[in-house]
Amino acid sequence: QHNMLDSSDAIARSGSNPFQHLEKSAVLQEARIFNETPINPRRCLHILTKIIYLLNQGEHFGTTEATEAFFAMTRLFQSNDVSCHLLIKSVLTVSLLNSFMVFYSLTKDMTGKEDVYRGPAIRALCRITDTTMLQAIERYMKQAIVDKVPSVSSSALVSSLHMVKMSYDVVKRWVNEAQEAASSDNIMVQYHALGLLYHLRKNDRLAVTKMLNKFTKSGLKSPFAYCMLIRIASKLLDETEGGHDSPLFDFIESCLRNKNEMVVYEAASAIVHMPNCTARELAPAVSVLQLFCSSPKAALRYAAVRTLNKVAMKHPSAVTACNLDLENLITDSNRSIATLAITTLLKTGSESSVDRLMKQISSFVSEISDEFKVVVVQAISALCQKYPRKHSVMMNFLSNMLRDDGGFEYKRAIVDCIISIIEENPESKETGLAHLCEFIEDCEHTVLATKILHLLGKEGPRTPQPSKYIRFIFNRVVLESEAVRAAAVSALAKFGAQNDDLLPSVLVLMQRCMMDSDDEVRDRATFYMNVLQQKQKALNAAYIFNGLSVSIPGLEKSLHQYTLEPSEKPFDMKSVPLATTPITEPKTEIAPVATSKLPEKLARSRQDIYQEQLAAIPEFQSLGPLFKSSEPVQLTEAETEYVVRCVKHTFARHMVFQFDCTNTLNDQLLQKVVVQMEPSEAYEVIHYIPAPSLPYSQPGSCYSLVRLPDDDPTAVSCTFSCTMKYLVRDCDPNTGEPDDDGYDDEYVLEDLEVTVADHIQKILKPNFGAAWDEVGDEFEKEETFALASVRTLDEAVGNIISFLGMQPCERSDKVPENKNSHVLFLAGVFRGGHDVLVRARLALADGVTMQVTVRSSEETVVDVILASVG
Amino acid sequence: MEPSLYTVKAVLILDNDGDRLYAKYYDDTYPTVKEQKAFEKNIFNKTHRTDSEIALLEGLTVVYKSNIDLFFYVIGSSHENELMLMAVLNCLFDSLSQMLRKNVERRALLENMEGLFLAVDEIVDGGVILESDPQQVVHRVALRGDDVPLTEQTVTQVLQSAKEQIKWSLLR
Repeated sequence: QHNMLDSSDAIARSGSNPFQHLEKSAVLQEARIFNETPINPRRCLHILTKIIYLLNQGEHFGTTEATEAFFAMTRLFQSNDVSCHLLIKSVLTVSLLNSFMVFYSLTKDMTGKEDVYRGPAIRALCRITDTTMLQAIERYMKQAIVDKVPSVSSSALVSSLHMVKMSYDVVKRWVNEAQEAASSDNIMVQYHALGLLYHLRKNDRLAVTKMLNKFTKSGLKSPFAYCMLIRIASKLLDETEGGHDSPLFDFIESCLRNKNEMVVYEAASAIVHMPNCTARELAPAVSVLQLFCSSPKAALRYAAVRTLNKVAMKHPSAVTACNLDLENLITDSNRSIATLAITTLLKTGSESSVDRLMKQISSFVSEISDEFKVVVVQAISALCQKYPRKHSVMMNFLSNMLRDDGGFEYKRAIVDCIISIIEENPESKETGLAHLCEFIEDCEHTVLATKILHLLGKEGPRTPQPSKYIRFIFNRVVLESEAVRAAAVSALAKFGAQNDDLLPSVLVLMQRCMMDSDDEVRDRATFYMNVLQQKQKALNAAYIFNGLSVSIPGLEKSLHQYTLEPSEKPFDMKSVPLATTPITEPKTEIAPVATSKLPEKLARSRQDIYQEQLAAIPEFQSLGPLFKSSEPVQLTEAETEYVVRCVKHTFARHMVFQFDCTNTLNDQLLQKVVVQMEPSEAYEVIHYIPAPSLPYSQPGSCYSLVRLPDDDPTAVSCTFSCTMKYLVRDCDPNTGEPDDDGYDDEYVLEDLEVTVADHIQKILKPNFGAAWDEVGDEFEKEETFALASVRTLDEAVGNIISFLGMQPCERSDKVPENKNSHVLFLAGVFRGGHDVLVRARLALADGVTMQVTVRSSEETVVDVILASVG
Repeated sequence: MEPSLYTVKAVLILDNDGDRLYAKYYDDTYPTVKEQKAFEKNIFNKTHRTDSEIALLEGLTVVYKSNIDLFFYVIGSSHENELMLMAVLNCLFDSLSQMLRKNVERRALLENMEGLFLAVDEIVDGGVILESDPQQVVHRVALRGDDVPLTEQTVTQVLQSAKEQIKWSLLR
């Protein structure tokens, strides 16, 4: 049939692909000519090409087929170097024979006379070699690395690099040869040698530093090697937190003047990506990128504008100088470049240019890939924060984008952006919700639909016309998957709980949901139905608006524990550790990157990890659940002999201080390390758990257990003076071998403060008003304070939040501009499990006057808070 | 980003229907043939109408070049130095251009597939840029412009390439 056509015939039929109709079985059949003697090289070559072509097309060869073909090829090889040795070996099993024969032949090739031939032989050999075989060819490899023929040396170096994963210990022995190769004149050999050297030494910071010193001084010929050096240098700078006065930074900066564009760009990009770069340090990098913007090479323009886009996120003013060049790129035929230019301009440009740029971008938004659409959305999002007045233009644009086709990441970016606009600008709420309602009518992404339903439940009941959202929500109950239906039920319940006039209709709808086919939906409906029928504000607040505030993994563990040890007592929710509210970090967006491929895992919170670590220490097992863990506090200056930081763990009646210590002296081994603590108040240190040994640069932890004063619950703050005590054993810096004898020594650390914030865990109350009513005014207290030293409301809000360590609710941590009064809502749970809510009314006059109202289910808690504020 | 020599994630050559003529993937970004072909289809759809040299697709940087009825692609991480990827693409194209005596089109390429296989092996090895100078590549592939008689050597070179690939298919 067609597959039997000889290739020349096929090519004669113009335009057709001679390999197009190849069939595996036919090719394997043809491969039998490998066995013929004498061999016909031209035909063999052609058949081999066919085999590779098939493999390349993704054709899969079964084990038997592959072994047969492989065997035939080996025969072919054999005819190349006829050798009676191999014939003797043919009695061995096929697989063993194969690898042996190939191994033998390739070894011959790699040491042969023909240079062009040796490089590929080394690479092929290393591909099929294992650790034991590698040792057999070690001598050849060492020779090959320093071979004067560049292709041989490069092949040996690159193959060695591939084998580091498998045989680190063997390859490590070739470091001297690699070192020699690094001084080669050939640019590729230099690059490969540098790469291998770094890979072998990367865990030894000292060796990397030495290597950098050597190469940055001696200078290199290869632009590739320069790029590699820049990467190594910037990584080292990052790790050592080296200042920008370091010689490494100077080296990177000097590369901005290299004559090769690849190196210049690498250096500019490295500087831009350094954390904490000042605008002045960025300036030289920005100006080379500016030059690249007008390069005739698209890749260079792309690279430059993409990097400038990153600069603009943190330092928009640094990029303003390039505005003219960026304007020219708006019409670039490469849409990626145009998009990046526009989004950069959106970040750096003035408010007046926004409309023009938005118009420009909407003209080709449909032509660009999803990745760049996300970039556009991110730029819009940033813009809305900068120019809140433009939100209606943006909202229109976004709603149009929402209607277009696009993948999940893109849609999610738009939805997130709309949500953040709604949150920032109350007047845009209704339009935004309307767009989102329209979107969920036809939304294939469950995650987005549930997210929007949640938002509707939260915001909808507080709009002037809540009833209009009910229809959109109930449509979901009728049409969607289980997860969406369940979310819709929860949203409905919130309308019923907040709006009395809607309650009867919500109850009717709820009743229908109780007949749902899915368990979760039915359970939710039944639960809400029963809560709503009670018509009690406190119940609504606790079970509908604000939900559970415990950590889910913690709850699972506690319930499991409870079932293991059955008791008469009912399960106590207060014994479950609280969920730590995630700190909403300022978005560090890294323009378009491959984030979409990461599987979304349920990340365990930091506190769950601490809980587990502490529970593993016998002395801490009776302390109950971990209530709160603080951020680490540094107890030493940077760059000292020992680095110590402390994490404060609060339990119901105790505190555990975890000291993470690092010994930065390579000639000392510390043992039996404890941090002795002297409290200023009636706190009692009851136990020290030492870190058994602290070798150079390996962090270790020791702990102190402190009992909180029982008799005085208001004693929440205390200062500890801390001293680290340990046994020193001097040791050889090179081998780490310690002396037999040691001596005791101590090291004074900075004082450690325990404050009221260590006793309060943040908790987010999505509906603060409901929570405020739920706690009630039984123990309400109010006091007025004057904060004389504070100049702005923002500053006052920041101070109060960090002092009390409570969670700001209802976005009240954002002070609107040009206001001279503000109300801050804070929520938290006090040690022991009592909810505490704070309402602080702030007024700006000469200083800031603050009226604090505190509510809690426990009177002492209220007192503690007011006492500590005063 | 961890400094590393591993730079190239894939080298692709497609024809003007978007069908694969050559594809080599150097890491597990697209582990199965099905995912690879889907990626190639996406790449082709996004690039074949515009000759704009560089794009960002599925979170990867793609540099490309087309000539008559061939599309050449070099793919790397979005954090990779775009100019390095460009160097690979240019080297591949220029090498082939010399080997095919400036006749860089589908038919000529298909007649010289073995040369292509060898050339790519000389330019990128396991994701590491092995050579960036087309002269060197052409020299090593030993298929110079003038018609060199087919030597035993070429056979063995192709053989090695085939063996390596068979070996992988065995291990799969």
